Amino acid sequence: MADHHKETFLTKYVFSQDHKMIAKQFLITGMFMALLGMAMSALFRVQLANPGKAYPILETLLGKWAPGGVLDPNFYLALVTMHGTILVFWVLTGGLSGTFANFLIPLQIGARDMASGFINMLSYWFFNLATIVLIWSLFVETGPASGGWTIYPPLSALPQAMPGSGLGMDLWLIAIVLFVVGSLLGGLNYIVTILNLRTVGMSMQRLPLTIWALFVTAILGVLSFPVLLSCGLLLIFDRTFGTSFYLSDIVIGGEALHYSGGSPILFEHLFWFLGHPEVYIILLPALGITSEVISVNSRKPIFGYKAMVASLLAIGFLSFIVWGHHMFLTGMDPFLGSVFTFTTLLIAIPSAVKVFNFLTTLWKGNIRFTTAMLFAIGTVSTFITGGLTGIILGDSALDINVHDTYFVVGHFHIVMGLSAIYGMYAGVYHWFPKMYGRMMNKGLGYLHFWGTFICAYGVFFPMHFLGLAGLPRRYYQNSSFPMFDGLTDINAVITFFALAGAVFQFIFIFNFFYSIFKGTKASKNPWQANTLEWTTPVERIHGNWPGELPTVHRWAYDYSKPGADKDFILQTEPLKEGEEEH
Amino acid sequence: MIEKIIYVLMPIAVVALLVQITRITELLSKINKEEPNKVTTRDNDFQGKLYFIVIMAFIIFVVWQMIVWGPLLLPAASSVHGEIIDGLMNFTMNLILIVFFVLTPMLGYFLYKYRGKEKKFAYYYSHNNKLEIIWTVIPAIVLTGVIVYGLRVWDQAMNPDMTNASVVEVYSKQFGWTARYSGGDNTLGNANYRLIQGPNQLGIDLSDSTSHDDIIVREVHLVKDKPVLLKFRSQDVIHSAFIPHFRVQMNCVPGITTQFGFTPTKTTSEMKAQEGEDFEYMLVCNKICGGAHYNMGMKFIVETQEEYDMWLSQQKNIKNTLLTL
Repeated sequence: MADHHKETFLTKYVFSQDHKMIAKQFLITGMFMALLGMAMSALFRVQLANPGKAYPILETLLGKWAPGGVLDPNFYLALVTMHGTILVFWVLTGGLSGTFANFLIPLQIGARDMASGFINMLSYWFFNLATIVLIWSLFVETGPASGGWTIYPPLSALPQAMPGSGLGMDLWLIAIVLFVVGSLLGGLNYIVTILNLRTVGMSMQRLPLTIWALFVTAILGVLSFPVLLSCGLLLIFDRTFGTSFYLSDIVIGGEALHYSGGSPILFEHLFWFLGHPEVYIILLPALGITSEVISVNSRKPIFGYKAMVASLLAIGFLSFIVWGHHMFLTGMDPFLGSVFTFTTLLIAIPSAVKVFNFLTTLWKGNIRFTTAMLFAIGTVSTFITGGLTGIILGDSALDINVHDTYFVVGHFHIVMGLSAIYGMYAGVYHWFPKMYGRMMNKGLGYLHFWGTFICAYGVFFPMHFLGLAGLPRRYYQNSSFPMFDGLTDINAVITFFALAGAVFQFIFIFNFFYSIFKGTKASKNPWQANTLEWTTPVERIHGNWPGELPTVHRWAYDYSKPGADKDFILQTEPLKEGEEEH
Repeated sequence: MIEKIIYVLMPIAVVALLVQITRITELLSKINKEEPNKVTTRDNDFQGKLYFIVIMAFIIFVVWQMIVWGPLLLPAASSVHGEIIDGLMNFTMNLILIVFFVLTPMLGYFLYKYRGKEKKFAYYYSHNNKLEIIWTVIPAIVLTGVIVYGLRVWDQAMNPDMTNASVVEVYSKQFGWTARYSGGDNTLGNANYRLIQGPNQLGIDLSDSTSHDDIIVREVHLVKDKPVLLKFRSQDVIHSAFIPHFRVQMNCVPGITTQFGFTPTKTTSEMKAQEGEDFEYMLVCNKICGGAHYNMGMKFIVETQEEYDMWLSQQKNIKNTLLTL
């Protein structure tokens, strides 16, 4: 076993093969990137609230990107692009899946570690390398990639089209290639571990929903990320070797380019074949964490376990056949649009089942409001609010007038951004005692939650109104056209809440690092939860359990079971004589 | 200099403050003989009520926005298919608002009602197949309705009767729009990107005689109640032609010609009377296309047949412009 060898600083904290340490590496890298992405959004929100107003401090900070203290339009697009890239891939894929898949899978299925600790370590270090390349791209002469996080060619393919499509774009693509390699190594490991290393008695029907969610997520990633990889490679070919996969009939800067016969629409198909499952790669882990945290803190079994698993599988499957709803207006055959409308709106059914099951889990519970629980409920709220507007966007006829407007920005930030971020926060607050053996401060946690919850709705709900007024996204200012003049007030409200919300995140950062060193000591099972990770010692040893691995006798959700003397029963506790499983 | 020192000192002061707050709260719970950071019944009581209040405040905030910002939204559509789309939009919007106004307060109420109390046991309720089938089937039925209605509108919007439509080409490049009328023959002359040179910015094939009566303009005039088929091309990157008041949007993709046919129903002057003197129909770019993306628009004018004929007669066709050079 791994716990026999002597560990040095390098093998324990840097090139660690212990899944718990790798999870923390993912988490802290993700947190760092989240702060960076948030800072970028603060910058462009300031511009949007006061278009053209000079803030001398911006010139001090950004130099040529804010001449005279006013953000440069190209740099505005760079900020938007990098904000999206960082949040979608680095925070909500790497940071969320990377952290919780690594941390929870072995602990909750009763394994000593991942199937391959070495590949797991590689997964993090590819992610780390990708992070370094992406940050490097912020410092090149022509600026980072600026064509939107979806990097549609020809804009992203031609350095003549915008400065950000020069070296910045090359580095973006290299970073993504490294990121995908890391994700695939991680994802394969997660799948193999869940299938092969479950402890005695841990049948698939007894897996906690977190693991089910992470399992489906890993499958989605393994099936869709290779497509992004090839999509990116072809773009590198077009950019570097003069091929014409995505390009044709282009005149730019007065010069006719040689590209002929390619199609930018091909890129969109390939990109969104990853891009849509990616949405659920982000969302499902958060829903899994939410299921777990809500059940533990309602002191009730999750309602409809089988329906919860079935809806995860249904959402996972459907996510592969809906990508065209991002492309209704590319000139695709209207019949194809109809098919994608049909499949897209079907997703509302498993999503509705999830919401109803969450609500029924809370119903007649004995709800304990830990910070994690507040965030988990926040996820349910944003999943309702944001999911509903998806019914408008998924309908091709309605998409005509809201496509690429702020309505979309509001929709996906609520349903995917907020739900996932809240799920991630819920996970951190819930499993912090297991990660570091200490508790996070309760009061600061409450403050962080309320500040975040209130400000986040203040930021993203008003965006629907901007969108319904016709305002396109990725506009440097709303005042170019008189028809959008009345919208400045809404933009000012959004920016106010965005900046206020950002301040509250520092409370979390403080709480996190303070509690690692100074937090009150945690007990073995501080939340009185049933799952296996709470049977491990507080000291967090390599190999997870001293001595034998635990044996599982029941599902993870026996809370407040009639006939039991306390309101939770560990999964390791055998069924009593005559006791039904559930 | 002093300013810079303040910038450096401020974060340090904030961290120090947070450390003190944290210590004080932990000391306070020790004084109250509670385990620090353990959720107490008092916490449950307070947080449950607070959550309910905040969720209700959110609902009020939503209603407030609808009242205050509602008038800023786009007016009713100015096109035939747009009116049908608006009908679908109102139906869908009302549907999701009803669901939202039921589920969100319900969530808030549950949090208040079932906030944790000491010595209370939750209700062990693991599943109920009948209930679950009901709430799978009901959304399925409602969504079937939404899908059928939606697809019918989509079909109508995408396949309008364009037999007598005039054809207008909308041409995009970084960062501006140009339009080309097909002239008396109602046929656009051929174009090829390799012919783009000097004044021939659209790459029109001048050897194709159907191009000779084409007219190149910088704003588009349309006739009220007369169908028009817009054909979109792009010179460099993907743009998107978005005309919100008509409920028209289509991507302009280099190498491909896309199209959107519609019939405007309100003249610009009618809209000015309704929306104010500043009103103009605008086509704006709605696909990120570079630094001046936010600034890329073209005016559309809807008028009566007489006004249109008058305007058209003042425009010069290619025979009198490009061909004379």
